[in-house]
Amino acid sequence: MMQEGLDDGPDFLSEEDRGPRAVNVDLQTDATLQVDISDALSERDKVKFTVHTKSTLPNFKQNEFSVVRQHEEFIWLHDSFVENEEYAGFIIPPAPPRPDFDASREKLQKLGEGEGSMTKEEFTKMKQELEAEYLAIFKKTVAMHEVFLCRVAAHPVLRKDLNFHVFLEYNQDLSVRGKNKKEKLEDFFKNVVKSADGVIVSGVKDVDDFFEHEKTFLLEYHNRVKDASAKSDRMIRSHKSAADDINRIASTLYTLGTQDSTDVCKFFLKVSELFEKTRKIEARVAADEDLKLADLLKYYLRESQAAKDLLYRRGRALVDYENANKALDKARAKNKDVLQAETTQQVCCQKFEKISESAKQELIDFKTRRVAAFRKNLVELAELELKHAKGNLQLLQSCLAVLKGDT
Amino acid sequence: SRKQLVPPSVDLPRFLFRLCFQLSPTSPEPASLPAEDISTNSNGPKQEILLDDDQEDLFAEATEEVSLDSPEREPILSDGPSPAITPVTPTVIITPRVDASMFDRSPDEDEEAEENGDTFDLQIMVSDPEKTSLNLFNRNEFTVKRRFSDFLGLHSKLASKYLHIGYIVPPAPEKSIVGMTKVKVGKEDLSSAEFVEKRRSALERYLMRTVNHPALLKDPDVIQFLESTELPRAVSTQALSGAGILRMVNKAAEAVNKMTIKMNESDAWFEEKQQQFENLDVQLRKLHASVESLVCHRKELSVNTASFAKSAAMLGNSEDHTALSRALSQLAEVEEKIDQLHQEQAYADFYLFSELLGDYVRLITAVKGVFDHRMKTWSKWQDAQVMLQRKREAEAKLQYANKPDKLQQAKEEIKEWEAKVQQGERDFEQISKNIRREVGRFEKQRVKDFKVVIIKYLESLVHTQQQLIKYWEAFLPEAKAIA
Repeated sequence: MMQEGLDDGPDFLSEEDRGPRAVNVDLQTDATLQVDISDALSERDKVKFTVHTKSTLPNFKQNEFSVVRQHEEFIWLHDSFVENEEYAGFIIPPAPPRPDFDASREKLQKLGEGEGSMTKEEFTKMKQELEAEYLAIFKKTVAMHEVFLCRVAAHPVLRKDLNFHVFLEYNQDLSVRGKNKKEKLEDFFKNVVKSADGVIVSGVKDVDDFFEHEKTFLLEYHNRVKDASAKSDRMIRSHKSAADDINRIASTLYTLGTQDSTDVCKFFLKVSELFEKTRKIEARVAADEDLKLADLLKYYLRESQAAKDLLYRRGRALVDYENANKALDKARAKNKDVLQAETTQQVCCQKFEKISESAKQELIDFKTRRVAAFRKNLVELAELELKHAKGNLQLLQSCLAVLKGDT
Repeated sequence: SRKQLVPPSVDLPRFLFRLCFQLSPTSPEPASLPAEDISTNSNGPKQEILLDDDQEDLFAEATEEVSLDSPEREPILSDGPSPAITPVTPTVIITPRVDASMFDRSPDEDEEAEENGDTFDLQIMVSDPEKTSLNLFNRNEFTVKRRFSDFLGLHSKLASKYLHIGYIVPPAPEKSIVGMTKVKVGKEDLSSAEFVEKRRSALERYLMRTVNHPALLKDPDVIQFLESTELPRAVSTQALSGAGILRMVNKAAEAVNKMTIKMNESDAWFEEKQQQFENLDVQLRKLHASVESLVCHRKELSVNTASFAKSAAMLGNSEDHTALSRALSQLAEVEEKIDQLHQEQAYADFYLFSELLGDYVRLITAVKGVFDHRMKTWSKWQDAQVMLQRKREAEAKLQYANKPDKLQQAKEEIKEWEAKVQQGERDFEQISKNIRREVGRFEKQRVKDFKVVIIKYLESLVHTQQQLIKYWEAFLPEAKAIA
């Protein structure tokens, strides 16, 4: 049942998210290592996350402690995993996206510039809304950074990583700066090479049915998630725009109601009041869809990419292994550098087998996580949509009852 | 291609005004006969409307027609609600004729004639004709064909006859579909089915407003428009679209302002009303712009939801977990249904809310025009007084000059201008009276229109939410079934 006073504060997230924050991924929380982001501060152009750890592991000096980290440090951690050969057989938890307040900041600025052209009420209203939007984006970025850490903490091997422990415990600045231009350019080239190589590698037919299937599946799935993610974003944006329109309509109806000397002024005022409330609900619907649907799809876009990366690494190892085999045969035939060729072949074999073994499990886990996350979010989405529609309906019906009784 | 909702599943665009009103018969004596405006919901006449004294002049032709056709004419008494007052309810239903080849096209035909939405069928039904004390129509139910330009022609005639004496003549619909606010509503509006429906609906509302005006209904041009099988082709209506008339009215207003008439307003009522209409105009335009924006975004939402639905279906197809795959397909279906819902709601937004606001913005321009005509009339009266004064002074001078024939002429001119002054005063009083009456009627109608529309609109919103609940309730178990 909707209460009369709908939450007026700039709280856009549903109640569910106030506890353990938005976890798009269904993770078992383990008493031996629990990580969360207990606080966050938004400064002019950076966000400071307070990473809070609770652990019974002997590796840490204390059982509970907190440090402050910035986005670049998360990226550093993620990249260190990617570059670590030991982890080649894992799906590396995707890095959280950079906090992006540019759009919101721009809107706030525009509002400030246009202050003179609107009434005081309108200005306060719009300011409140933009602040709420800012807050929502803020909460989202916190959630995404938290999910990354939780994924790492839940992974049997990654949770033991030294860099991870330093990240959690070292209470000074990690002195990790963002990449400079040269490094960014290097990255760019690396990616070009990688994707070209990826094409070659993926062309190699795999003996193993499981991996062959996964390859095909992931390629298609990743593209479709990408599409769905983009389309859901657009849909939600339209929804927000419509809610904004209803807001303006409510304001104008109020003015009309106060100006009108006839019988109809009551109607205008009542409907204005109604629309004020319904548009808050509409905005919440858009926000909830954003959290439960759009964010879910975005996350699995990133995770499916990470899974694809794993397959690429395995494919690369396979090619290397096969090449090493060929080289060994050649060496044996020529009876030249046989020992060296044997060693190389052994190394490649081991690498390939190690990756294959863990990759299989990782991909199975990925599917389990994915199904669980979709289930949780779709159920919550449907429940929230229902809750809001019912609330909306009640408001509309009670207003109609009043108006009809009045005619 | 997207499905066109013509007509929508909820009975929305056929928004008919059902106002009962009573016509009193025109009588030869210039006595003021009260006629009452009875709305269907009220218990009795709430307002006395006095017919003006020159009604005779205006309805000269009508008087002839009427007296021939109707043997029974009862003078209506003024006291209280009278059971003898019977309503005449002509209801007009307009359906579009898409077959534009109806009329022969001559080579010098106006190039602007559109292929679709040019010719319409009018279905007119007069209820309780045997009870009416005034037989306006020869038949009780009839259908005629009219072109869009015919409507414009009708309006221009009515405007030229009645605006300057203070009657609020409902403005005709715009020729072009782009509203007064510059919001681009997207490509879909240029599709012919939507265009025709918009035009049809606008014409229907225009005609209903016109026939609901007690004086206008009796106008012979209106009757001819409603009844004749063949209407003489409206002359040069290209220039006299709804916008054209408004431009004329606005020009008159500008001219008035330019004359810097400092009117000694003896009647505070007029000043007050003018200010009220000014304020109403500003707010209605603002509201209209916001509602048009809402229509636009709602349509956009519909398109984007459909697009997402397809994408979700594709995702469901590629998902290799069976239960999740099925749930995603179900999600896609839900979103598809929701997209249709948004489209229907956008229709309601437009046809109920937005069009009403647009109509009223145009109506208020007509109201403002009528106020301006009053100022012009006052000014004319003042000018006549000034002229009279001059003539008197001239005569006084001639008294001493001893020019008997010139003196005679001067005396005659004085008589002439005295009459003009008298006429000017009468005209001013008449238009003031008319405007008071018209504004009273207009405000009543406005209150009613808005109340009805607001309720209908809220009902459409209720329907949408009810459907949403239905769809999501069906989906929830599917989502929970993912194992």
